[in-house]
Amino acid sequence: MPTVGVEFAKVSYTLPGGADGHTGRSLLHEVSLQLDAGTTTALLGRSGAGKTTLLRMVNDLVSPTSGEVRVGGKATRDYETVPLRRSIGYVIQETGLFPHMTAERNAGMALELAGRPKAEIATRVREVLGLAGLDYDEFRERYPWQLSGGQRQRVGLARALATDPMVLLMDEPFGALDPLTRAEMQTMLRGLLEKVGKTVLLVTHDLDEALYLAQRVVFLSEGKVVADLPPEEIVGSDNAYVRDYVSAVHRAVSA
Amino acid sequence: MMSFLHSYGWEVGRLTFEHLWLTASAMLLAVGVGLPLGILLTRRRRLARPVIGFANVMQTVPSLALFGLLLPVPWLGENAARLAIVALTGYALLPILRNTYVGIGNVDPELIDVANALGMSNIQRLFKVELPLAASVILAGLRTATVTCVGVATIAAAIGAGGLGELIFRGVASVDNGLVLAGAIPAALLALGADAILGWLEGRLSVRRS
Repeated sequence: MPTVGVEFAKVSYTLPGGADGHTGRSLLHEVSLQLDAGTTTALLGRSGAGKTTLLRMVNDLVSPTSGEVRVGGKATRDYETVPLRRSIGYVIQETGLFPHMTAERNAGMALELAGRPKAEIATRVREVLGLAGLDYDEFRERYPWQLSGGQRQRVGLARALATDPMVLLMDEPFGALDPLTRAEMQTMLRGLLEKVGKTVLLVTHDLDEALYLAQRVVFLSEGKVVADLPPEEIVGSDNAYVRDYVSAVHRAVSA
Repeated sequence: MMSFLHSYGWEVGRLTFEHLWLTASAMLLAVGVGLPLGILLTRRRRLARPVIGFANVMQTVPSLALFGLLLPVPWLGENAARLAIVALTGYALLPILRNTYVGIGNVDPELIDVANALGMSNIQRLFKVELPLAASVILAGLRTATVTCVGVATIAAAIGAGGLGELIFRGVASVDNGLVLAGAIPAALLALGADAILGWLEGRLSVRRS
């Protein structure tokens, strides 16, 4: 029986209503989901399906309107916000690096915030940049504008890993990269995840990415889970939503 | 020219110093009020409109009228330099306030998001992310404020606060263009110098993004 890393228990989210008394739009509706510790779960669905909102609930950037999210068995609302967030790595698309800081400072920011000594930060940053496939001595002093899109994303990943968090949240991490760089990054990430064993929640549009990286794929549509299955059962699934998604992606190939 | 410098050189120097002092004191006050207030407005956005609106109105009051209006105010009216500094602060406030508010408000929301996700406290986010990224915009406001201040400070002579305006007013009254220029040229140089120094600093602090 695998331990539960992150659990969503009947989580709903409704946007705050307008001043005119209208109730806001409902983005998530009673989503229940358990992410086993040490595994990767991909969250798939169209834009606006609620994927990002669900992901942002884990580090309490968004609080559920009802239901609760548990991290390591404890509800997020029972955590102090800052320690909770520091124990969770967060990687987003493209612009997540601070433009006025070097790669080293960006990658070590979480440690700097925790008040760790400089020497310790440097050692750890060397380690995590290495894990993400960047040479510390070559890249440490570079600013984000001096890095390629893929390199920037590697620094972003290193930053998320620096505190050795139990959970890693990745929101379209490679969405802005060209297909070749993206494939490289996926290979690197897969190797890395096998090594570090984190509970990962990966939001993506990219079915191939989900199949390649995740042990489990969850489809979200209009704020509800419409399918939840291991990657090998996706192609050939008789779930209507999954079938549509697969045929939309593979149209060019099968035509 | 030489005889002019001989008879007025010392006075020009003294008044330039006075002018600088008026401007610098007003700028210090304006930064001391405008910067924290601008930051506060980014945290209480509801207040931004009325507060910036007030500073805006302040800016539109003609300087001569403002000096005159403040004259009967008890503590202020007692000392001309004090009054001038307070009035100048009023003029310098808007650009600093507005640029602080806008500069911080324009920081990429994704970076704010990341700062929060990294577990930054409000203060950490302010000093590590928001202020450094807004620095060049804030400095541009400071630059506008300084140049305005140097200019408006010449009017302060009208209420006897001193500064280079004194030469200008005296020159106008005695139809002596040399005297007018003796006040106007150093004032212009002060403005240009301040503009150049702050412009250079602004360039240094701007963050390269691509």
